Amino acid sequence: MTETLGGGETVVFWVLGPIALAGALGMVFSRNAVHSALWLVNTMLAFGVFYVIQGAPFLGAVQIIVYTGAIMILFLFVLMLVGRDSSDSVVETLRGQRVAATILGVGFAALVGAGIARATQDMPVTGLQDAQGGQRNIPAIAELLFTDYLLAFEVTSALLITAAVGAMVLAHIERDPGSRQTQKELSRARFLTSDRPQTLPGPGVFARANSVAVPAILPDGGRSEASLATGIEPEEPDQMPRPTGREQLGSPDAALGTLDPAPLDGGTQR
Amino acid sequence: MTLTYYLVLAAILFTIGAVGVLVRRNAIVVFMCVELMLNSVNLTLVTFARATGTVDGQIMAFFVMVVAAAEVVVGLAIIMSIYRTRRSASVDDANLLKY
Repeated sequence: MTETLGGGETVVFWVLGPIALAGALGMVFSRNAVHSALWLVNTMLAFGVFYVIQGAPFLGAVQIIVYTGAIMILFLFVLMLVGRDSSDSVVETLRGQRVAATILGVGFAALVGAGIARATQDMPVTGLQDAQGGQRNIPAIAELLFTDYLLAFEVTSALLITAAVGAMVLAHIERDPGSRQTQKELSRARFLTSDRPQTLPGPGVFARANSVAVPAILPDGGRSEASLATGIEPEEPDQMPRPTGREQLGSPDAALGTLDPAPLDGGTQR
Repeated sequence: MTLTYYLVLAAILFTIGAVGVLVRRNAIVVFMCVELMLNSVNLTLVTFARATGTVDGQIMAFFVMVVAAAEVVVGLAIIMSIYRTRRSASVDDANLLKY
């Protein structure tokens, strides 16, 4: 039994194919590693849809949950820990390497793409109806996974445990017992060595925005440089004109309807 | 439209991933390019599973995903420990097996 590919699938392919391609190109070409990660998420979501329309809804769901949900979040965590502001250097270590890699890539893609296109253009599409034997996709996968591929499935558990232990061993920081500073020692060091014992002011505090890019405002109306996050271009918030005296409409007393008990300048009350 | 389009798209994405591995210097981005290569192979496996009418290809793609997840966990831990000693995530800086 052969399967024909419908028009809906063609539309989905021609919409999502360029999106996946753009995601891959954007990942390679963006300077910022966080942008690369977001482009790759784009590609992976498109792949998830491809799996679903190709009769593999289970793989499509796993693709979205495991790849875009878990793996890419792990990537972003490590990026935030490690390399966010260590952007890529433009210097080539080997001269002409980039050009050579691009030429190689174009040649490889042309060769493999043309070969695959020629070899598979008349390939009959059997479809999965017979293989699944009237079952749906997930029971069919489960039946095969727990019979023919049972050994591989069990070995997978050993792989996952090894990976978890390996990650813990590699990410663990070895410290001598007793070398960890107590909270008292830490606070003493902070008060003795630094002229700022308190925490840094949060960004956006008393400004008209709560964005992390907006600096906090000092009591005199100036910007607090200490509140700026590293690696983010500071942003100028639009400010309300600051009230200059207690009699102005913006004062809490005016808002509450209570009069100022004693005017500072001794003038008449409004 | 035939399944050839999927296979050619997967081949092109695999190539983009390979070029990215060769060109990029940031170890994390290199890792992402490897992930893209694994993904495009998965698309090929799923497409051939459909063409040949067996579910085996989907099972293989499933195992590729499991192995990729394990590989990412260990690889990112290695990148973090390299960063801790060398203060850099560039693949050019890690040119010694020690320190």
